[in-house]
Amino acid sequence: MVDWLPAGLDPGRLRDMLRTMLAIRQFDQRALELYREGVMRGTTHPYIGMEGVAVGTCAALRPGDRITSTHRGHGHCLAKGGDPRLMMAELLGKATGYCKGKGGSMHIADVDAGILGANGIVGGGIGLATGAALAAQLAGRDEVTVCFFGDGALNQGVLHESANLAAIWNLPVVYVCENNQYAMSARADKFTSVPDPTVRASAYGFPGFSCDGMDVLAVYRTVADAVARARAGKGPSLVVCVTYRFFGHHVGDPLNYRDPAEVDVWRARDPIERFRRELIEHGVMTGEQADALQADVVREIEAAIAFARSSPEPEVDTLMEDIYA
Amino acid sequence: MSQPTMPAPPAAAVGTRTLTYAEALNEALREEMRRDPRVFVMGEDVAVWGGGGIFGVTKGLVEEFGPQRVRDTPISEEAIAALAVGAAVAGARPVAEFMYVDFMGLAMEPIVNQAAKIRYMFGGKARVPVVFRAQEGAGRGNAAQHSQSLEAWFCHIPGLKVVTPSTPADAKGLLLSAIRDDNPVVFLEHKVLYATKGPVPAGDYVVPLGVARRAREGQHATFVGIHTMVHKALAAAEALAGEGIELEIIDPRTLVPFDLDAVIASVRKTGRLVVGHEAYERCGIGAEIIAQVAGAAFDALDAPPVRVCGRNVPVPYNARLEAAALPQAEDIAAAVRQVVA
Repeated sequence: MVDWLPAGLDPGRLRDMLRTMLAIRQFDQRALELYREGVMRGTTHPYIGMEGVAVGTCAALRPGDRITSTHRGHGHCLAKGGDPRLMMAELLGKATGYCKGKGGSMHIADVDAGILGANGIVGGGIGLATGAALAAQLAGRDEVTVCFFGDGALNQGVLHESANLAAIWNLPVVYVCENNQYAMSARADKFTSVPDPTVRASAYGFPGFSCDGMDVLAVYRTVADAVARARAGKGPSLVVCVTYRFFGHHVGDPLNYRDPAEVDVWRARDPIERFRRELIEHGVMTGEQADALQADVVREIEAAIAFARSSPEPEVDTLMEDIYA
Repeated sequence: MSQPTMPAPPAAAVGTRTLTYAEALNEALREEMRRDPRVFVMGEDVAVWGGGGIFGVTKGLVEEFGPQRVRDTPISEEAIAALAVGAAVAGARPVAEFMYVDFMGLAMEPIVNQAAKIRYMFGGKARVPVVFRAQEGAGRGNAAQHSQSLEAWFCHIPGLKVVTPSTPADAKGLLLSAIRDDNPVVFLEHKVLYATKGPVPAGDYVVPLGVARRAREGQHATFVGIHTMVHKALAAAEALAGEGIELEIIDPRTLVPFDLDAVIASVRKTGRLVVGHEAYERCGIGAEIIAQVAGAAFDALDAPPVRVCGRNVPVPYNARLEAAALPQAEDIAAAVRQVVA
């Protein structure tokens, strides 16, 4: 147990991490169903299969630390402490949602909790995260900002500009790349010039780390090191988490660009199954306790849906509110 | 020793000196950085080059406030804008400088999709107190990629405020307001105006956003214009006065929010409207101003409003061609004669 348990975690934290992973999966599974029922508008980008990345990363953060998220953002939000009731209400466009029904799935934010927003622009959070790290540095606060982005954002110019600035200014930011292999239909290995994007970090003179994104504890260990570096004033780093989205890009994805057999290979590496098995093997919890956790999560998400469904629509006279402070 | 994190109360305005437009902007930055430790400046060549900025707007700031708060950046316009937005959301009050407004084409994503929308998208639970400073305009032979006036791009986007000072006093007073505003403000200076001089109040002189200034009183026609057009209209008004035409000149000073009441009050008096800007005529702010006046006070108009604007052409290098592409005082005078005829 001592060798296996990463520094900074205890059995209680491990149980919480499994619970959050289960909650993310249940939340996004139910979001897909609500979309198909026609209850939800727009679209939804399921995080299912990638839960270990958000949970392993956010377990390495303090409450005062910040994250920026992506269009596939429900997992990041829940992992950083977002309230599933307010998130679900936002998905249903209700006045009680995080954004009063004005943002929807792709714009959920909780600035006070350090969640600087999901983002509808691929790479849109990269500069924001770097700027938040600059604000912390300027104010002399030892807060760290984690920037989640996907392999699709690897080839946005703002990543180059921001990474260079973070390096020359020694900013406390950790760029966490979720390489889930596809940007819509574009395979990362065909659209990125290097087979392992981790090497990109060397172009900016800061460390690049790679880890198995299907192993929540590997993510935790790797990100915790990067966060400790940033907090100690040693500057930015890149963490590439190798992962996979079990579902399509969004709910309407034709999925004609990947082999179902490939999906089966990755599903066999399910990060939740793996972590649950590890916790049971190491005596952190029993199978019954893990089942109880799942039942508890189902209750929580159903309560969130009930809250969202019973919440009022925003009044039309709120349309022009909150354009300006 | 913990550093202060909140601003001191502003001091009162005292006395008036003659300053250039660039010096007035510098004074606003300096005084607000002294007062509010959250304010910082970032941009290309704002610290080292020539002692602070290619037009001297940030001159001497790095000596007083240090390289942490006066940051030279690499040539990375998108990141300059995006970092400023992120820093603002996280509690700082950045003043991000773009050397030329033309370069903001590289920074539109964070300005338009992030800064302008974050508060609304997040249900009013974020503040984005960032100033994007740039200079625009033609007249110096800088040609097509360094001479545009692009204020209309920003006016089109809900969530941004747009400020266009034409005098040194307004440059100071409006910049102080812009930095203190909790919203993203696009603060557009004019390169030809930097060396112009005028009286500027010392101390805490604040001009509120959204309040127009009457630059000249007259009863026969109303001219609404920004930046150099205010000064060209003043020159035109002198010529027109000799013909018995008294031109009223309204400088809106901020385009968003726009002081429509001031314009309508003037048009109700004169019955005639001419609008002017250096920006391309097509879809420029002149069209918006005329549409708003027509919608709110059509009955007050005694003649069709006229636009005096930049021609719909990339700004050329040659001096004769450049002058021909820009609206001149004679063009304003001719337009006024047309509407009062």
